[in-house]
Amino acid sequence: MGSEHSDTASLPSAFKILVAGGFGVGKTTLVDTISEIAPLLTEEYLTDESVGVDDVSGVEGKNTTTVALDFGRITISSELVLYLFGTPGQQRFAFVWDELAHGAIGAVVLADTRRLEDAFGSIDYFEQRGMPFVVAVNCFDGAKVYRPDEVEQALNLDPHVPVRLCDARRRDSVKEILVALLEHVMAAPQPA
Amino acid sequence: MSAAEAVEPVPEGMRWLDEDAGPVVRPYAMTGGRTRPEQGDFDLIELVVATRPMLSVDVGMGTELAEIIRLCQRPQSVAEVAARLRLPAGTVRVLLADLAQRRLIRRRPPVDLRHLPTQDILRAVIDGIRAL
Repeated sequence: MGSEHSDTASLPSAFKILVAGGFGVGKTTLVDTISEIAPLLTEEYLTDESVGVDDVSGVEGKNTTTVALDFGRITISSELVLYLFGTPGQQRFAFVWDELAHGAIGAVVLADTRRLEDAFGSIDYFEQRGMPFVVAVNCFDGAKVYRPDEVEQALNLDPHVPVRLCDARRRDSVKEILVALLEHVMAAPQPA
Repeated sequence: MSAAEAVEPVPEGMRWLDEDAGPVVRPYAMTGGRTRPEQGDFDLIELVVATRPMLSVDVGMGTELAEIIRLCQRPQSVAEVAARLRLPAGTVRVLLADLAQRRLIRRRPPVDLRHLPTQDILRAVIDGIRAL
């Protein structure tokens, strides 16, 4: 590309992990627990790719043009920065999922054993795209605790998909989940 | 939550859209109606950094461009710039492309995992997370 891309020696580069799961399962909590910056929200346009660059006729439809995304940052080293993005739960934000998933290294699917079915959509999405993911069962106070193999069976997961119990409010627990995901990514066949 | 509430109030004389314009019209106006950068695009996690300190004359470029230069004294992702300016990411991409064209910011695209020794990087990331 242009010469402005060449002078990047002192800039770190970034990569991202997605945090998916049903509404209210603790995605934002997980991101906040581990992020070094206060939780941030950004809005992404829900663009129609067929609309031309100079066409501003969509401006009237302002109520449906953006979706809020929450995310956090972890500086790994002077060269690497990790971003965690919570995915918007609703089906109608499929466009945003595709953009978020593009280039993502992997995903954490948070599950709540009281509403396991809420995790199905995320699991299907990542399975179909061949994106490595782990299932993290957020152990809410008062919820019955299941063993990981029970969750694996209930979700009909491929046996190689790691399933971990976690507490999204605890930093050590979130670290364990991220390490489990990265080790899973390492074990997965590398893209050619 | 809406961009209109979040940005600094515009002085009365400069207000050329009324309150009904809503949260999205103003970002469009800010970019001259453009929804895509003139050239190239920015990934949400692309990192950008200013090539020089903010100068008082920067305000003449427009509040948002000056604010981006101020924010980008340290590397920031497109998502962070958008969140801190409380503007949609699409608007910020257009503004960043303008700044890049004028060589006021440098950019670093995300790690391309298809073209790097990823096992080494992944090991470094695991060690980094364990050390947090």
